[in-house]
Amino acid sequence: MIRLASFAAMILLWQAAALFSDPRHLPGPGPVALIMLEEARSGELFVNLAATLARVAASFALAMSLGSALGYLMGRNRLADKVLDPWLVVLLNLPALVVIVLAYIWAGLTEAAAIGAVALNKLPGAVVVAREGARSLDPALDEMATVFRLPLEARLRHIVLPQLAPYLAAATRSGLSLVWKIVLIVELLGRSNGVGFKINLAFQLFDVRLLLAYALPFVAIMLAVETFVVRPFERRVSRWRSDAA
Amino acid sequence: MLLDVAIASKDYISADARPRRALEDLRLTLGRGEAGAVVGPSGCGKTTLLRIVAGLDQDFAGSVTLPDHGRLGMVFQEPRLLPWRSVADNIQIAAPRASRAEIEALLESLGLAGHAEHFPRQLSLGLARRAALARALAIKPDLLLLDEPLVSLDAALALELRDLLARLIDESHVTTLIVTHDLPEAIALADKIFILSPRPARVAAVLDIATPRRLMTAEALTLKARTAIAALRE
Repeated sequence: MIRLASFAAMILLWQAAALFSDPRHLPGPGPVALIMLEEARSGELFVNLAATLARVAASFALAMSLGSALGYLMGRNRLADKVLDPWLVVLLNLPALVVIVLAYIWAGLTEAAAIGAVALNKLPGAVVVAREGARSLDPALDEMATVFRLPLEARLRHIVLPQLAPYLAAATRSGLSLVWKIVLIVELLGRSNGVGFKINLAFQLFDVRLLLAYALPFVAIMLAVETFVVRPFERRVSRWRSDAA
Repeated sequence: MLLDVAIASKDYISADARPRRALEDLRLTLGRGEAGAVVGPSGCGKTTLLRIVAGLDQDFAGSVTLPDHGRLGMVFQEPRLLPWRSVADNIQIAAPRASRAEIEALLESLGLAGHAEHFPRQLSLGLARRAALARALAIKPDLLLLDEPLVSLDAALALELRDLLARLIDESHVTTLIVTHDLPEAIALADKIFILSPRPARVAAVLDIATPRRLMTAEALTLKARTAIAALRE
């Protein structure tokens, strides 16, 4: 309820600010909604939203799966940690833009370069969190599994994953918001569709209405994913903690 | 012979970074269906010995012989149940071949009826240890390992669990190795008692007390305990 009221206040404030500004700089909610409808009717809006969402999903899945595996390895194996840690530090401190531009130069303006560059930006964060999770695994349960000779599959599923889940959920949440922002930059720099591409177009035309007409639905979608997918997942994996109380 | 433990030496690195000897020239054997108890003062290396038998510690000189593909069921001092799974799931994960009905029956025989769907945190230590015992029994072990099964329980609960264990060991004929600091507990549960010396631990005495436990009265138990203590002093 309070969230909804706060949201309504935001739109009111936007409307009020629009009344006192040059409509070319800050159009009100009405004109933006009109353009949105127009783009939706032509199908343009959905094509570009879908393209961006697909890139977010692909690069996020790539970064999370690779990052979790590497992080787990580094958390469990001291040698792997020592060998890979410097690489991690370099990647963590490499600006997103540098990775993107290099990927485009080396691999051309291709889809693989775009997705790879985004995944590479998210990777070190996922590694750090998964490594933290792997380091906190309870050795007592590990020993129990050894004595009872649980097969590898059962160990991963029943012992490792439930302990890593809260860490992976945290990485998912921070990762998703990072990934979609970087996807827009990748699209702006070198793709010919997607929300980022449209924003680039709007920038060249100096069309703030078009810019907002693409940015807002996308924010709404990511918010919905966070609210209806990520948070319920987080609650589910930590349910046993509160159930017992 | 079901279990044959022959440890020449087991060293560990102490807090002051010096190598210390925990176990030396330690020989221990159990026949099929026998219940053995290892008794010794706290910190003499009993748990170390149990960890070696369980295969959790392989950094020692000597050998542990178990039957081929021998299944081990172990009850640790802390229950080590998976906190995110129910009691029944915990057992099922360790014993995938056990049917739900078998698990229910096992829980009931251990006084855990009605706790199948509870999470470990909802159980008291006494109940959680019974759940861990149920898990160890569910795999139908060739060798059951119990690490201080009655420790940190209040007196009444400890007695209750002791009687339950004694009945269980008698009825199931599962080969059992118990580690405890408490001689009366060992006498109540075991056919054969291995008394360990202080560090470096070796077997100082073996007491054979293969009297059927269910025939034992409290007086008989006390008498056995006195005999055992006398034997220890010699």
